Amino acid sequence: MKYPLLASLVATTALTAQMASADTLRLLTWGGYAPEEVIAKFEEETGHTVEVTTSNNEEMIAKLRATNGGGFDLAQPSQDRITSAQEEFGIYKPIDMSRVESDLFIPSMLSATAKNTTFDGEVYGLPHVWGTSGLVVNTAEAPEVTDYTDLCSDAVAGKVSYRLKRPTLIGFAYSMGLDPFAAYGDTEAYQGILDQVEEALTACKPNVKTYWDGGDEIKNLLRSGEVTAAMAWDTGGWQLNADNADITFVAPEAGALGWIDTFALPARGRADDAAYAWINFVMRPEIAAMITNTAGNFTAAVDGDGGVDAELKARYQASFDQAAIDNIKWYPPVPAGLEALEGETLDRINAAN
Amino acid sequence: MASDTSKLGFYLLLAPILLWLALLILLPHVGLFLVSISEKIGPREYETGFGNYSAFFTEPLYWRTFARTAIMSILATALTLLLGFPIAYYIAKITRGRTKTTLFLMCMIPFWVSELVRTFGWMILLRETGVFSQFLQWAGLVSGPVEMLYNDAAIMVGLVYTSILFMVVPLVTTLDSLDDSLIEAGYDLGGTTTAVMREIVIPHAMPGIVSGCIVVFMLSLGNYLTPILLGGKDSLWFTGMIYTQFITRFNWELGSAFGFLLLALSSLVVFLGLKLSGRSLSETMGRS
Repeated sequence: MKYPLLASLVATTALTAQMASADTLRLLTWGGYAPEEVIAKFEEETGHTVEVTTSNNEEMIAKLRATNGGGFDLAQPSQDRITSAQEEFGIYKPIDMSRVESDLFIPSMLSATAKNTTFDGEVYGLPHVWGTSGLVVNTAEAPEVTDYTDLCSDAVAGKVSYRLKRPTLIGFAYSMGLDPFAAYGDTEAYQGILDQVEEALTACKPNVKTYWDGGDEIKNLLRSGEVTAAMAWDTGGWQLNADNADITFVAPEAGALGWIDTFALPARGRADDAAYAWINFVMRPEIAAMITNTAGNFTAAVDGDGGVDAELKARYQASFDQAAIDNIKWYPPVPAGLEALEGETLDRINAAN
Repeated sequence: MASDTSKLGFYLLLAPILLWLALLILLPHVGLFLVSISEKIGPREYETGFGNYSAFFTEPLYWRTFARTAIMSILATALTLLLGFPIAYYIAKITRGRTKTTLFLMCMIPFWVSELVRTFGWMILLRETGVFSQFLQWAGLVSGPVEMLYNDAAIMVGLVYTSILFMVVPLVTTLDSLDDSLIEAGYDLGGTTTAVMREIVIPHAMPGIVSGCIVVFMLSLGNYLTPILLGGKDSLWFTGMIYTQFITRFNWELGSAFGFLLLALSSLVVFLGLKLSGRSLSETMGRS
């Protein structure tokens, strides 16, 4: 009886060891960032296998926090959410720049991301996909909506939707002539801004049909015509534009809010080789173009827009002229503790009648 | 020796349930409790205290949502009982043979798909461009589209729909065990239908009613999907609040405290319900 047990134990251990050396890359990312065809090419070329878990910023941090940075080998949080999560929970490990082919990255984006994701002198993030959030508008029915606060006008009453999350607070603050990013470091000033936004959003509540949660939900609302103006991501607007030419993404007058999703290594990730291989693989121009075509957003890869679908480029150019691009408000790193203040504000807006 | 072996057998048989209780129920709760009594004072700095529990009582939003969730769950339970009892009575007492099986099966069929799909089904029916709204317009009863989604009534519909099976099944079982001759005897002795119901059927079905109510109440109170998807901008639900604290606010400490409060609330309501109906838990669970 003893020996078969021992044998099976050895076999199991051997199997586990073998699995570790064959390198399964457990990737925690956003929907569309790891298309099937890209994974197939990567697996064929390197021999590693890829397991994809799609998520969002908050869930990524929550998942990694639950395991102290284990369970995944590569994560893709937005660049502004890395330092605070690192400071509070220590869930990432620094990037070894010598293992990254840095020529593949657009230099300005690489250095900007490095600056924003530096904690205790170490860099924790590399730029991957960037995009903006702003307004998605049915231009036939609500042509007057050109800024965040226009969502509260009587013309679109009952046909508006936005998320009850931090981008909404920040977008409204800019639209009201305030500068929330400048007040990031000053808790009192930031609270003052939040109070003004809270008042505006509470007054705006009767206009809102529902607060949306997921990307599919808002696309359904806009597609069915139940909502004519919403605050949402640029890709959502461009995808809808393909079905209905009236609906498109509008860069708000106050400025679209720009985000960069990064590559970050979870602290207890086991397959660093595969992670670096994946990073260097997906940043190749032709692969980056494939990702742009499925995710709808452009990447930080040099020449990554070369192979991109012409229609997508046209939609991007229609939404963003040079002035709108210059006006994009890029998220600076969120200081730890700021989200607690925002949370209280959001709770009060949610509860107000 | 024989007694030793039987003792070993006893413990081996007991082991799975003990492991289940200890590893999956007791241990996580101990962990949750420890998290709930730690207060955050700075990055990676915590101290022990009951601050999270006092935050619940000092912030009106939290305990209002808590009370709202409890009241709506009780209402949903009452509605489910009102709807479920006639169905169960019809299945158990009026139909026979194949019709009975068919009806029982029809109650169960919707539960073969996941709760998410059922909730999406209601969204398709109730939304402004949905089936009901278009039917009403087609019938000429309303002039424009009607929005029936995103309000408390929609949540109620969803909750009753998702939990009605758990009311019907125990009721059918208990009503099945009621001898028809007792009902006939009631009528023979000159009882009216109301009197027969009140004096014979309902007292006999009481264990089924109580256990059905407990299950439905628990399901409604702990439901997350239905209130989130069908509810509107004012429709807060306590489980949604726990999710927000854990996931979007990174505030596990407060979220854990909320979890414990929800546990206390459900235990309290079940306890009160048993007291009011004059039953003990073991009796209810044993007989239904």
